[in-house]
Amino acid sequence: MKATEPLQVIDSKGGVNGYDPGLSEDELMHCYRTMLAVRAFDAICLKLQRSGRIGFSIPNEGIEATQVGAASAMKKTDWIFPSYRDFGMALYHGVKPVDMMHNMFGNASDNSRGRQMPVHFTFVEPIKFVSISSPIGTHLPQAVGAAFAAQRRGEDMVALCSFGDGGTSSLGFHSALNFAGVWKAPVVFLCQNNGWAISCPAEEQTASDGFAIKADAYGMPGVVVDGNDLLAVRKAVVEATEAARAGKGPTLIEAKTFRMGGHSTSDDPSGYVPKEVFDEWRKKDPIKRFETYLAASGLWTPEKRAELEKEVDAEVSAAAKDAQAVGPPPLETVFSDVYAEIPAHIRAQGQAAFDLATRKGDAQSGGGEFPL
Amino acid sequence: MPTLTLIQAVNDGLHTSMKEDPSVHVFGEDVAKKGGVFLATENLETEFGTERCFNTPLSEDGIIGTAIGMAMNGLRPVAEIQFQDFIFPAFDQIVSEAAKLRYRSGGQYTAPMVIRTPYGGGIRGGLYHSQSGEAYFCHTPGLKVVIPSTPYDAKGLLIASIADPDPVLFLEPKALYRSVKGEVPEGHYTVDLSTTRDVREGGDVTVFCYGAMVPVCTKAAESAAEGGIETHVVDLRTLLPLDEEAVLDAVKRTGRVVVVHEAPRFCGFGAEISAMIAEHAIEYMEAPVIRVTGFDTPFPNTLEHHYMPDHRRVLDAIEHVYNF
Ligand SMILES: Cc1ncc(C[n+]2csc(CCOP(=O)(O)OP(=O)(O)O)c2C)c(N)n1
Ligand SMILES: [Mg+2]
Repeated sequence: MKATEPLQVIDSKGGVNGYDPGLSEDELMHCYRTMLAVRAFDAICLKLQRSGRIGFSIPNEGIEATQVGAASAMKKTDWIFPSYRDFGMALYHGVKPVDMMHNMFGNASDNSRGRQMPVHFTFVEPIKFVSISSPIGTHLPQAVGAAFAAQRRGEDMVALCSFGDGGTSSLGFHSALNFAGVWKAPVVFLCQNNGWAISCPAEEQTASDGFAIKADAYGMPGVVVDGNDLLAVRKAVVEATEAARAGKGPTLIEAKTFRMGGHSTSDDPSGYVPKEVFDEWRKKDPIKRFETYLAASGLWTPEKRAELEKEVDAEVSAAAKDAQAVGPPPLETVFSDVYAEIPAHIRAQGQAAFDLATRKGDAQSGGGEFPL
Repeated sequence: MPTLTLIQAVNDGLHTSMKEDPSVHVFGEDVAKKGGVFLATENLETEFGTERCFNTPLSEDGIIGTAIGMAMNGLRPVAEIQFQDFIFPAFDQIVSEAAKLRYRSGGQYTAPMVIRTPYGGGIRGGLYHSQSGEAYFCHTPGLKVVIPSTPYDAKGLLIASIADPDPVLFLEPKALYRSVKGEVPEGHYTVDLSTTRDVREGGDVTVFCYGAMVPVCTKAAESAAEGGIETHVVDLRTLLPLDEEAVLDAVKRTGRVVVVHEAPRFCGFGAEISAMIAEHAIEYMEAPVIRVTGFDTPFPNTLEHHYMPDHRRVLDAIEHVYNF
C-alpha cells in the first residue's frame, strides 16, 4: 500500500495551527477523561478475564482517540452503529460503566439478558448505540437504512457507522456504500484501520492505496485521518456530519491507527505482529498526543492525569463489583424476545425446561411454573 | 499409534492430504501464520508455503466463490470458515452454486471441494459463535454434510471428504476440539462417507446423535444402564447422504428411539429421522420417537448450558421411551 498522508491537527508540540475544535474546556477534559476511562475499563476487563470471572473482552488500547474524537462530533439525536471495539463511543455519550459491565458478565441486569457475548452492547439511552452483532459488516447497510428513514421522517439524524479494515472486505461494506451514495443518505462511514483483522494485515484485505480511496467508486468523499489524533478525527467527522445534515450525502473516513493489544483476550499477537511495530506505535500513544495539546492550552499537568485516573479507576472498579454481584438471568429469558408474542411451541419448550429442572434438579434454576 | 485431540486430528488430516496431493490448497481467514483461531491449520503455511496455505480477505462469499472456481479448474480447495455462524454471506455460493454446478452443467463442471468450519455451542460464544446450522445445508441437494465426533473419524472422514468428487461441508464440533482424545493412525487412511458408527451397543433403546452430542448421549446411556436400560448409541457422522439402511436397522432392533441434536427442533435433522421412521418402520415402534434438541430460540450466552441438550435431558428421554 502506498502511504496517503493522513489529516493531522495536533502537531508534535501540541499546537493546532489555529484550528478551533469547537469544544469548551469541560468538553475537552471530558474527551480526555473518556479515553482514560476506556483504558481503565480495558484493564479491569483483562483482569476479570484472566481470573475467569468473565469469558472474553476486546482490547481498545491505541484506538481511544478515534473512538472519542468521532463520538464527540455526534449529537444525542444521532445514531451510532458501532463495532465491538468502540467502548469510548458509548462512554463519551454517558453510558454508565456499570451498564457495560452488566453485559460483560451477562447477568440479569444486562440489556440483552445475558444472551450476547461480552462487548456486544446495546443501548437506546443516552444515545442510540445500536445492538452489536458479531457477523462483520452486517450493520453497514442497516446504518444506511436508518439514516434513510430519518430523512424520510424529517428527523435531524446522522448515522455514524464504525467498522474495521477487515470489515471493508465484507459484502455489507460494498452494498452500504453503494446504496448510501445513490440515496445521498446521511451516513458517516468510519473505517478504523488499525492495521490488522485478527492476524491478517490490512495489506491482505485490499490492493488499493488504503481504504478511503474506495469512496471514489461509490461517489462520495473519502478522507484519511491520523486516528491517534483526537482532534483530526473530530475535524473529519464534524465536516462529514455537516455535509450529511446539509443533504450532501455520505462520507467515508479512514482513521489510521493501531491495535496495541491482541484482537481479543483470547489472542496473542506476538506470533504475527512484529515487536518493532508495537514499539513504534507505542510512541504514538493517542492519550499522550492529546495531553500535549491540553498542556499547550494550559489544561493539563501530570497531577491532573493522576487525579483523573484515580477517579475512573474507582468508577470502573465499582462498576465491576456491582455487576459481579448480580446473578445470572432467569431461565425464562432463554425463551422471551424471540417474537413479540411467545408462540405455543416455544412456550411448551420453556415449560418442559422448567419441568425437567424440577424433576431432575438444576444448579441454577429452581424450576416451577414457566412464567411467560 | 499417536493419541491426538480432535483438532490435532483435523490438522493431521489436512497435512496428510496436502502431502499426498499437490492440488490441495487450504485458505480462509487467519489460517496462515496464526494457524486458524482454533489452530486447525497450525504449521501448514510453514510446511507447504504460502502458495498452499494462505489468508484471504474477510469475505466468506469470496472464500467460497473462489473455492468453487478453483475446484472447477483442477485444484482441491479446502476452505475454512472461521465459525459456522459466519458462513451465511456464502450461503448463495454454497446453495446456488457449489451444490448445483454438476446438475446444471450435466456433469461437465463440478466443484470437488471441502468447506471446514467449527460449529456448535459450549464455549460461551452466545448467538454468533455457537450455532448448529446443519439443517440449512441438509436441505440442499448436491451437498454432502459430514460431522465427526472422534479424532479417528475426524482425520479419516476429512481425508475422504477432500478426495470426494462432490462439495462437502465438514462441520467440526468445537466443543470436542480439545476435550476428546483418541488413537489416530499416522499417514493415510479414510473413513467412508455415508456410514454410521455404533458407539455403544444395547437392545432396549436406540439413540441417534452426532458431533458434540455423542459424548453427551454416551454418558446418558451409561446412566441408563445403571438403571437397567441398555441403549444403542449411533453416531450418524454423515448427515447427507445419510445411511438410511443403517438407521432403519437400528430402529427396528429396539422400536424405541431418541434423536438428539443441539440445533433447534423445528425442521431440524431429528424431524427427518422421525419422518423416515414413520414412513418405513412404524410397525416396529413400541413408543413415539422423542427429539432432544436445542430450543426454537436463538442461542443464548450465560444460560447456554440450559439450551444445549445435556445428559439429564437425554436420560429423561431414554427413560420415557423405555417406560412408554
Ligand atoms: C462475517 C464474519 N467473518 C468472520 C468473523 C470473525 N472475526 C471477528 S473479528 C474479525 C476481524 C475483524 O477485523 P477488523 O474488521 O479489521 O476489525 P478489528 O477487530 O481490527 O477492530 C474476524 C475475522 C466475523 N465476526 N464475521
Ligand atoms: Mg482491524
